[in-house]
Amino acid sequence: MILSDLFHETYAALSANKVRSGLTILGIVIGIGSVVAMISIGQGAAGSIQASIQSIGSNLVMVQPGFQRGAGAGPVSAGRGSATTLKQEDADAIQKEITQALAVAPEISRRYQITAKGKNTNTQVIGTVASYSQVRNVQVDLGSFISEQNVRALSKVAVLGPTTRDDLFGEGTNPVGETIRVNRVDFKVIGLTQSKGGTGFTNQDDIIFVPISTAQRFLAGDAYVTTISVQAKDAGSLATIQQEITDLLLQRHNIADAQLADFQVLNQQDIVQTASAVTNTMTMLLASIAGISLIVGGIGIMNMMLTTVTERTREIGLRKAIGAKRKDISLQFLAEAVTLTFIGGLIGIILGWASSLAVTAFTGIATKVSLPAIALAFGVSAAIGIVFGYYPARRAAALNPIEALRYE
Amino acid sequence: MIECKNIVKTYRSGEIDTQVLKNISFKINDNEFVAIMGPSGSGKSTLMHIIGCLDTPTSGEYLLDGQDASKLSADELADVRRQKIGFVFQAFNLLPRATVLRNVSLPLVYAAVAKEEREERAKETLRASAFPEGFWHHYSNQLSGGMMQRVAIARALVNNPALILADEPTGNLDTKTGAVVLATFQLLHQEQGRTIVLITHEPYVAEHAERIIHIRDGEIVSDGVNRNRRLINNDH
Ligand SMILES: Nc1ncnc2c1ncn2[C@@H]1O[C@H](COP(=O)(O)OP(=O)(O)OP(=O)(O)O)[C@@H](O)[C@H]1O
Ligand SMILES: [Mg+2]
Repeated sequence: MILSDLFHETYAALSANKVRSGLTILGIVIGIGSVVAMISIGQGAAGSIQASIQSIGSNLVMVQPGFQRGAGAGPVSAGRGSATTLKQEDADAIQKEITQALAVAPEISRRYQITAKGKNTNTQVIGTVASYSQVRNVQVDLGSFISEQNVRALSKVAVLGPTTRDDLFGEGTNPVGETIRVNRVDFKVIGLTQSKGGTGFTNQDDIIFVPISTAQRFLAGDAYVTTISVQAKDAGSLATIQQEITDLLLQRHNIADAQLADFQVLNQQDIVQTASAVTNTMTMLLASIAGISLIVGGIGIMNMMLTTVTERTREIGLRKAIGAKRKDISLQFLAEAVTLTFIGGLIGIILGWASSLAVTAFTGIATKVSLPAIALAFGVSAAIGIVFGYYPARRAAALNPIEALRYE
Repeated sequence: MIECKNIVKTYRSGEIDTQVLKNISFKINDNEFVAIMGPSGSGKSTLMHIIGCLDTPTSGEYLLDGQDASKLSADELADVRRQKIGFVFQAFNLLPRATVLRNVSLPLVYAAVAKEEREERAKETLRASAFPEGFWHHYSNQLSGGMMQRVAIARALVNNPALILADEPTGNLDTKTGAVVLATFQLLHQEQGRTIVLITHEPYVAEHAERIIHIRDGEIVSDGVNRNRRLINNDH
């Protein structure tokens, strides 16, 4: 049997019962479509989480206070990051000792009620140093960022995030030169940062930066820091720097057992890896739920093919009588099943693509239709056709020609 | 050449074995026109299935051109059928959603003949059987019974088989169209020298053959030359 005949027979058979073929295809369309849509939503989420991790800077090692486990600590923990175990001196020591570090930016962050011109908002105030803008990839839109001079002089100056600006002064206004009041202390606005896009868990645009010295003196009243961001030269030195900082701080805090450290040193690569592990799991979960509908679609194919084989028993008998071999018959039915899934897969991919675009358009959730996902969907749909078409095709091929001919 | 040696065919349904063919032996030489005649249920179709390599006997030997069919696999039997045998069934068994041309060329599809040659041969065969050209592209389920049977005959001939097996080819036709079909067989036999085995329960139909094998209850009751042969005037 020649390939073109196989196409001819397949077309003739499928078009003979258009409604049934259409409904069976629909099952596959829904299955493949939802798999494609779910994978694209999962990958979109992965992409935006990666982007937001990258947006906090590149090649970062972050030191945060931890809670001390062990003797006397008790079972209740105040939660990671809330402890006050990192001091300004730790930051200074890192700056001095870790020579591989490109820049070190300690910060103290807390939420305060802010008032300006009778409006008020509650937002994150970060006391930090000049290098923060480089380390954490903060771009200034108007005015300037905190300078080293500001830090030395304990200047009462502030740099606003765009969302905070919108809340306090209205959208699109220039806040430079205005005064804001934080915790009964007046700060002069000297700059406005560029928007980072408010994705992720915290809105990086709803924020106020002040000099770290000012924050420690006038707002917090102590010399603790909440995070020390260290930028490495390149991704390759991240692990070394992470180790060096750990060793340094253990020594400074007089802790012998690294298990009992009262701080934690996070490496941005680890964060990225953890996040991608999470998003991959999520994508897998979404795809497997969608995969169930694909299996249901496959069962639909099998159901239709079994019905077709029964209906066409006489025809199969005749074909065998005039010389068709088992292979010819099974190939014919397999081709029908694969064609159904192939068409369904094609429409499903288009539909899945369209619906993920629609999701982005209407909900703003990032989606990403990737070529491998499409290739996978295509492969899966063809495989579904083969798997679920195999049994009916074999059944057709195994029919005894005489039994098939006398079948009423 | 066909040779049946002590052929027995037993069907088993549940616990009961029914012997449909009991010790059938005969020979049919090339270029013979033989009718196998017997009442309904006597085992004619069963015998034809064995002759046509659609089935194998329970015991005994069936030789087609000296080859023992019972030793062949299902696919090898398919090859034999495709190369040597043309079938005409009582119920026509055409593909309903296919054109006349497609139906006639179907055996060539399985012989992997290219499309152009296939169509050419199908047209030739249809022309030779004087099948009106206006109907070549009709779907087979739009034809009359007589026309369907002529399509079925053309399909049986398109492979140019040496042996033509016809099971009640006139059973669904009126006398007149039946006569046309019988005339076609006589012509194929006389002018093209094909071996024809015609299965029927009607003595009138059997009398168109040269030789009549009479079976009853799975046994041959008589086998001999047809002395009052009906010849249809074949000068159309
Ligand atoms: N697959 C089968 N299983 C069981 N019995 C069968 C089978 N095929 C045929 N038979 C039996 O074998 C007997 C002969 O059947 P067969 O079809 O050969 O008769 P026939 O001579 O062709 O009859 P008719 O003229 O009615 O076509 C019948 O009694 C039938 O019931
Ligand atoms: Mg019969």
